[in-house]
Amino acid sequence: MSDGELTPPVGARDHAAGPEDAPVTLVEYGDYECPYCGMAYPIVKRAQQDLGSRLRFIFRNFPLAESHPHARLAAEAAEAAGAQGKFWEMHDMLFEHQDALETEDLIGYAKSLGLDVTKFTHDLEAGTYTKRVRDDFRNGVRSGVNGTPTFFVNGSRYDGSWANEKAFIHALREAAQQSGRDTHTTAEANG
Amino acid sequence: MTQPATPAHVPEILGAGTRAPDFALNATPDQVLRLSELRGRPVILVFYPADWSPVCGDQVALYNEILPEFREYGAEIIGISVDGVWCHAAFARDRHLHFPLLADFEPKGAVARLYGAYRPEDGTSERALFVLDGDGIIRWSYCAPIAVNPGADGILEALESLAGKSAPAKAEAFRGDAAEMRP
Repeated sequence: MSDGELTPPVGARDHAAGPEDAPVTLVEYGDYECPYCGMAYPIVKRAQQDLGSRLRFIFRNFPLAESHPHARLAAEAAEAAGAQGKFWEMHDMLFEHQDALETEDLIGYAKSLGLDVTKFTHDLEAGTYTKRVRDDFRNGVRSGVNGTPTFFVNGSRYDGSWANEKAFIHALREAAQQSGRDTHTTAEANG
Repeated sequence: MTQPATPAHVPEILGAGTRAPDFALNATPDQVLRLSELRGRPVILVFYPADWSPVCGDQVALYNEILPEFREYGAEIIGISVDGVWCHAAFARDRHLHFPLLADFEPKGAVARLYGAYRPEDGTSERALFVLDGDGIIRWSYCAPIAVNPGADGILEALESLAGKSAPAKAEAFRGDAAEMRP
């Protein structure tokens, strides 16, 4: 077994927020229609605020399409927006509107983000990112993703609680310290 | 970072090389599935504690999503818990499951016990996985801490090694175009 080791490691194909040399890399495998991912969304935001440039956040797709009929197309919508340089804007939009993920909703979000709507719509209809989303799913399975959301901290599956925000952020700070690349070792790290 | 999960007893599930004990259990109120009927192809046996786990993307739902990957190896997957057939039927319908769930209901947990995967303190089975070859021999088994969903990576690796070198080179294909780029 891979024992919950991230495969493939974070690389050029990933959507990343935060510096490449951050001491902590947090990877989420998530589903835009999953209510638990929706609950995790603001927690990740606060973790990003708390750790600042010490955290790099990566999002990979893991749509549970049998349970969530809109999840796969929503994932493709984020990828299509990513192709136009607005991945995170669409990612946030989707998590903030989890109950409105019909095709026309997605197109509406593309419009409000100022995307080229013709290209965006074509990408959804043609399934331009179907394989990309499927690849994320498959490599997630290989990495030991066991539900959504699943987090990896510096390449290892995080089996602790993310719903306990304090504990989650604490675990991220600890991972930063243990990485040996954290220059930020003030008392704050014990908080 | 790992959740402390000390089991009350250490389960000793059947290991690789053991012949998988045959059994016949109800898959629906009027259908019985016998393990030996599945000879000739790999079989994944998934013992899990209970239907209606309160998380989405739980173990059973996850395997349901991964069925196409399992089927690439010609494998059959079977879920087993101590829940009854009507409970399984409602659960399978609710989660749109496309593989059978067997009721290890009466005598309760008898099949789980055969595989060393019963939890007497809870009256449920462990989260135990077995991959059987086409001759009904266990080739891989794994028992996860009860609170940890074991995912499917171990199952896929076992199926891959069963299929040997002649298998389609999927594992590499998954990795896609991802360039290794560790800081």
